[in-house]
Parts: sequence; structure tokens; C-alpha cells
Amino acid sequence: MVSNLADYKTEVHNDWCPGCGDFGIVNAIQMALAEMEIPRNKAAIFSGIGCSGKTSHFINTYGVHTLHGRVLTFAQGAKLANPEMTIVAAGGDGDGLGIGAGHFVAAGRRNVDMTYLIFNNAVYGLTKGQASPTLKLGLKTKSLPEPNVNQSVNPIALAIASGFTFVARGYAYDVRQLKDLIIAAVRHKGLAFLDVLQPCPTYNDINTRDWFAGMDNIDEITKKPRPRIYKLEDTGYDPVVHIDSPEEENEKLTQALIKSNEWDTKIPTGIFYRNETTAPYEERMSERIPNYLENPPAKQEISSGSRAITNISKLLSSLEV
Amino acid sequence: MNLLSSIDLTWVIGGPQGGGVETAANIFAGACAGCGLKVFGKREYYSNIKGEHSYFGVRVSDKIIRSNVSGITILVGFDAETLFRHIEDVVNDGAIVYETDLTSVKIDEVATLDDLFKQRFVEYLSSKNKPTTIQGALDSAKERGVTLYPVSFKTILSNLADETKNPKMRGMFRMQNVLAVSISLGLLGLPPDTLLTSVDSVFSRKKDIAEMNRNAANYTYNFATAKYPKFKYQLTPISKQPGTILVQGFQSTGIGKIASGCRFQSYYPITPASDESVYLELHEIFDVENNRPGSIFVVQAEDEISAIGMVIGAALTGTRASTSTSGPGFSLMAEALGWAGINEVPIVVTLYQRSGPSTGLPTRHGQDDLLFAIHAGHGEFPRIVYASGDIEEGFYDTAKCFNFAENFQLPVIHMMDKFIASTVATVQKFDINKISIERGKLLDKIDTPGYKRFAPSSDGISPRSRLGLENGIFWNTGDESDEYGHISEDPVNRITMMDKRAHKAELALQKIPKEDQAINHGIYDFCIVSWGSTKGPILDAIEMLKKDGHKVGFIQIKLLNPFPSDYLKTLFENVKTVIDIEANHSGQLGSLFNEYMDRKVDYYILKYTGRPMTCTEVYDSLKKILENKAERKQVLTYGV
Repeated sequence: MVSNLADYKTEVHNDWCPGCGDFGIVNAIQMALAEMEIPRNKAAIFSGIGCSGKTSHFINTYGVHTLHGRVLTFAQGAKLANPEMTIVAAGGDGDGLGIGAGHFVAAGRRNVDMTYLIFNNAVYGLTKGQASPTLKLGLKTKSLPEPNVNQSVNPIALAIASGFTFVARGYAYDVRQLKDLIIAAVRHKGLAFLDVLQPCPTYNDINTRDWFAGMDNIDEITKKPRPRIYKLEDTGYDPVVHIDSPEEENEKLTQALIKSNEWDTKIPTGIFYRNETTAPYEERMSERIPNYLENPPAKQEISSGSRAITNISKLLSSLEV
Repeated sequence: MNLLSSIDLTWVIGGPQGGGVETAANIFAGACAGCGLKVFGKREYYSNIKGEHSYFGVRVSDKIIRSNVSGITILVGFDAETLFRHIEDVVNDGAIVYETDLTSVKIDEVATLDDLFKQRFVEYLSSKNKPTTIQGALDSAKERGVTLYPVSFKTILSNLADETKNPKMRGMFRMQNVLAVSISLGLLGLPPDTLLTSVDSVFSRKKDIAEMNRNAANYTYNFATAKYPKFKYQLTPISKQPGTILVQGFQSTGIGKIASGCRFQSYYPITPASDESVYLELHEIFDVENNRPGSIFVVQAEDEISAIGMVIGAALTGTRASTSTSGPGFSLMAEALGWAGINEVPIVVTLYQRSGPSTGLPTRHGQDDLLFAIHAGHGEFPRIVYASGDIEEGFYDTAKCFNFAENFQLPVIHMMDKFIASTVATVQKFDINKISIERGKLLDKIDTPGYKRFAPSSDGISPRSRLGLENGIFWNTGDESDEYGHISEDPVNRITMMDKRAHKAELALQKIPKEDQAINHGIYDFCIVSWGSTKGPILDAIEMLKKDGHKVGFIQIKLLNPFPSDYLKTLFENVKTVIDIEANHSGQLGSLFNEYMDRKVDYYILKYTGRPMTCTEVYDSLKKILENKAERKQVLTYGV
């Protein structure tokens, strides 16, 4: 039985701009949680700062709206202290790839079992449309005084280079595909990254819904637009590292990097890379602390009434003179 | 100088960083402690991995000691730098054990000596008409009465090689440390078995090395007692007090965290704080009474911003969580501290201060971060700033800090410092039965829906859910929020929420017991006000003054924010002269005192060289005040 989708929605007024891609993303998250039937109290949405940061308030699970660029740090702390939780972190492209880029890379190295979505619209919306790290060099979106002088970062390639073990791209206006990608990301054992192309109708007048649909690129014969977005799975692309061998891993990493460089006329969506042969952080720590998953920090008893019940006598006797 | 007891001497060993100075000091301290003697040692080192000068000073006494003194009773040097650096600190009736090969070394040849030091030392030797060599420095010391013990460590090693039929011994210069300790203890008359026990204990993880060092120690001890006349001062065993431990400062908060139920720590490497985190990781699994082995999950984060973010995330699950850092790291944590403040998340930040600003003196002591700890972060939110005065307080206060954090649902900054971190001392074994665990309004279950994380309550503290709890869903945001935790910019709500949070400061002042707010070490006409690790030198100085017939009071403030001014006013009511003592440049506690106490500090005794105060210099400066010969501000300078 599918849980009631309405249970995952809050009554908080949503103040995103009309037509904003964010609506599709929040719907897809709610649909994914409902379809997976994750109890509301066992899920937590962590978010950064900016328009995307408000996401956690619209979803009726635990919701933690953190600091600019720091969402992954809060989310990892919570997940590691209570590994029973399903954690989805969400943030903007400026949040995750600008101010938070160091945490992005470090999180990839850890591979904590959770999901991270970047709402990628190439602008800083809430501060009135400055260029974000994913805006292409030379573009001048409408509120920029001059064209962008920085090169853009490639989020998919950065995620792969950093060690994320599930790397995918969705599109905010394809909610069904996005929902499926979120489910796959949540079910993935390890850190999953989802780059979500999310047109900002107010400040990004270049990478618009019409642009992604190819409305500026009409096929002369069929008189139909040639959509930029296409799905990797429709091309027979296999993102999965099936066996734990360096050759297999190299092959899958390389093809994902090549795919990640497609942009101007053809933009792939779907899963670029998936590797469950790399142990998640929790598993690595379980080798050090054997009962970690049964008795994680959040579940440990530390007192009986107000009496401390930890035995420190061994620590002290080693210091005795 | 008026020392406190019949045995009271300071032994200093120095050498290049990475050369085993610390091992030698641990053997020395362990041997003394094993004879029932009290030990107080401190380590000084450069920001460097190998080669720069580091040294360890160990003070030994048969009575309780809580600080170092100015002056060295026995200096041990097998490198030229150690001798040049410390020779003038050897007291007139003290001794120097030195490598005979070094006598011709010129001061200019020692590359690691700072030019400023060289300049000062050359001037000094020239004024005594001595050559600028080790020999010159030794001669100058000898003229003051210092006893010289020339030793050829090379010859000892070579004899050892012959004796043990192990030719490799000849080149084992690393063992000079153990030889030096053995000679020192021979001269000081400590029984050899305590030396050997201590060697075994220090090398307990490496059996073959232990054996080799044991043999070397035994041989050298006998060599020294046969060759040299006994030193004027002797160490005699006294009855061991049961339950004494020899412990380093960073271990006190580490053990305190494990005992208090802290189960998550995240940190970024920084001197002098990361020793604590490494200690926790080394002891990450421990026994718990419920027969389920407990553990502390230690994460080395990518920076301090991440460290505090993770700690907040962990705390939201109901886990007791903390980070440990020093000034530069704490600077990076300021924004997240405010997030914890507005979202009422209990976290503990253990702040091992060092000298700032910026990188400052990265391996040296300081108490420069008091006002920063009180004010770090934008906006207004309540926090508790709590300072420990010594190693034992470090343990017990750690438990208190977690209780404050959970009782009042706010960030707590536990002030420690480099002096405490790298002190090794004999103290009474920590007693876990003396700590309590108070989890405040943390909920284990919620029966009905409709939970509001920031619901109003009579004392301003709301029942606290945790991630995962059924019916306990809440939202957090760094924005101002309503009772559920959703963003609200409503002006009336803003007043409610600001007042609710601010009230916690008043509540803390009401609920925290007075004896935990400040320690009254005695109140007299002249009364010291201070905080943190100045406690030891101050208490020792006060005892020295007592022998001279002077009475000086001392109030040690532990709760620094919110500032307990009402209680302090009752303590200072009859005090005539207030003396502020701190290890910083501006007298930061003094400025709080002046602001909150309706009166002013009369005298300041400050030190900001990065070296901790000795009781001797505190004694000297207090004496000047008592004799009405002091400037309003005295700046202390002892130590290299």
C-alpha cells in the first residue's frame, strides 16, 4: 500500500515564485517518501540557505533548515548519530558548490549513507540573481550587470571526483523521473548525489524551461523543437559498477565523466554512475566499533536516573601511580 | 624565595623536537610519582615537527603543588641549544648535567636559536667577560655557585654496547634521554627500582625497546651513583596516597566526556585541542553498566565549520555531542554557534585556548579568548561560558557543561587552555560518583500529535524532542521561527521568542549552584579575582605569602557568562583592593568586572608571553602590591 502523499505535506505557505522549478522537486521528494512508505518520524530533510533552503518546511517529516553552505555537515552528524534515519539533504548550487564546496568534496570521501540534492539554476535567486558556480562562462542572465567572467563547475564531474558513489541528474519539470531517481538515491547504500536542473523563471532568462525543451532549436524538416534533455537509460547506458575491480570502476568512471561534459545541445539526465562496491562510512566505522549500528550514539544509555553508568575505571587505572 | 616544603625542586630536560624529551619527562615524572611524591610538569614546544627546541619542566615536591616555579634546580642538556636557553635560569645552588662534547660550541653555531635571543645572550656573556661558547656559559653559571656534572653520553653508550654485547648501542643517541633521566635520579638519590618501573610503564607497548631501555637505565643509574657525589637536594620516597593518578590536562576533559555520556565528537586538527580528540578515538569503546559496550563516535571533519555542524546534527538526535578546538577553529564556528543558540540545541564546545590573534603563538599558552567566547556569533542569543582552573576541574566541569547544555538547551563553551592541556600532574583519581547526568527536558516518548518544539513554558525551556521520535516531528531554522520551528517574521512572535531565549540566562544564574559559579578561596582586604588556569600559580603564591604573614583572598570565577554579578557583589563586599590576574594583554575578566560590579579593579597582573605564570612571579608581584610598591599594571615575563 502506498502511503498517503498528503501526509508528507505541511500547511506552510509556499512563497516560491510562480512557475519555479522548486515546486516539482519538493513534490518529487514527497512522492518518493510516500512511495517508499518511510514513516514520517524516521525521515529528516536537511536544507541549506536560499530558495531551496525552505524545502524542509514544506515536507511533513523532521526538517532542519541549516546555514548557508553547511547542510551536509549537519546532515552527516545526524545520520551518523542515528543511522536509522533516512536523511535527504537539499541545497542550492551556490550553497553546495560555492560556499559549501569544501564540504561537498569531503562528504564524497566519507560516503555516508544519505542523499544530497542540488537545486541547480545557475543563479543566486534569493539575493536577486547573481551568477552562481554553475552559470556558464560569458552568459549574462538578466540581472547581471556584465557577462559572467568565471568558468562553471561541473557538478556531476566534481561529485564523481570526490567519491560520491551514486551520481545522477534530474530535471525539475520531469517529476516522475525525478521521483524515481530520488527513490534510487535513497535506496543506494552510500552517499548519493542528484543534480537537479531547476529553471529559475525570475532570474535565469537563458536556461529556461523553453531552452531545455529546445524551443530555440527547431528541426527544419519536422518543424518540432529538438529537446536538449534526454535520458541516459534510453541510450542503453549502463552506469553500474557490477564487480569490485579497478578496471570496471575506471571504465564506469570514465564514461560518466565523458557524459557529464555534454551540455549545449544534448543534456543527459538519469544515473551517471553507481557503485556499491565502496563501503559506506557506517560500514567502515562498524569495523572499528562492532556494535555501532545496533547501539549508535543516539540509542546509547548513558545514565540511570542521574547516575552516570559508564565505567571509566580502566581508563583511570592505566594512569594510576 | 620561600618554598613550600622540604622537597621542592624543578628538573628541566630539553632537546630538539622529536628527540624524545617527552618520553624522558614521563619517565622522570612517573618515577617520582611512584615514590609518592607530587609532580607538576609542563611541556613547551615550538610550532614545528622536528628540530626546534622543546623542553619539559617537572616540579617535584612532598606537598601539594599546583604550578611551576621560576628557576631550575637541575638542568639536563645533551644539545647546545638547551644549555644556552636555560642556563641562566638554573638557581645558584642548582646543577647542570651536560654533554662534555658540547663545551666548544659557539652560540652562533646554533641555527635554531632566534637572533633576538642570541643577541641578548651574547651581551650577557660579554658583560661577564666570558667567551660566547657553552664553556663560557657554564663558567658563568659555576661562578654563581652552580654545580656542574659533565657527562659523556657517547662514552656511556659505548660502554653499554660492550657490556650488553650489542654494538648497535653505540649509535643509539635517542637513548640519551633515558640516560639523562637515570643520571638525574641517581644524583637525586631516588631508589633505582622506581626508575625501572617507570621505564617499563612508559615503554609498556614496546617490549623489546623496554628491555633495552631498562638495561641502559640500570647501568647509567649505577654509573652515576658511583662516579658523582650526591647532589645537595635529595628525593626521598614518601608514603603513596592511594588513588593518585598521573594525568595530562587534555585527558581530563576526554575522560570527562566519556563519563558524562558524550557519544559524538567531531573536530579538526589544531594545537593544543586535538590531543583530546585523539585520546577519545584511542579509547572509543568502553564498558557500560548495562552490558552493552558503549562507544564514542569521533569524526575528523574537513574544517571546524563542519565539526560544529556535525555536532549540532548529532545533538538533534538526542546524543550528547561536543567538539574541541582552539581560537582559530572557534573563530570559524561562530556562525553555527548562533544557529545552535536560536534553535536551542545543547552542544558543548571545549575551547583549549592558545595565544592569538590569528595564528599567534600556536603552541603557547594564553587566555585571550574570554571576551570572544562570550560574544562570538552575530545577533543575540544566550550561551554559557564556563572555565576550569586545573586538571581536576577539567573532568568534573565537563560533566557540568553537558548538564548546563541540556538543562538550559543552549551552547556551552568550556574554557580550557594550553597550560592545562600540556600539564602533567599527580591528582586525586577522578570520581565518577561525584558527577550527575541531567538531561533536562529531553523527551523519550510523545503520546499525542501536535508537538511544538518551541512551545512556551513557565521557565522558558520547552520539552525537547529528538530526530526519530514518533509524534515528535519539529522543524529548525536559522531564521526566527514560530513554536513549530517554521519561519516567522511576525514582530509579536519575534518578541516572544527573543524573550523566551534570553530568559535562559537568568534561569541559569538562578539554577546553577553558587559554589559552581565561583570558588571562594578566601576573602581578605586584598583579594584576587581571576579565572581558568591561573588558579594554580595563584594558590601556590598565596601559600607562599602566608608564610610571610600576608593574607590575600582569591575569588575564582567559573561561570563567566551569564556573569554572576549579584553573587560576586556579596563576595567582594568587604574587599578593599581588587587584583585581577590573567594571561592576556588587556585584562579581559577585569573589563567584565569593571562593567558588572559597580567598582573597578585596582591592580592588574598580566602575562602575554605565551608562557604560563609561575607561582614565583605571581608571589613577587603580589608582594609588590602588598608593600604598596606596585604599578597599577604589572606584566610578567618569566620563561623561554
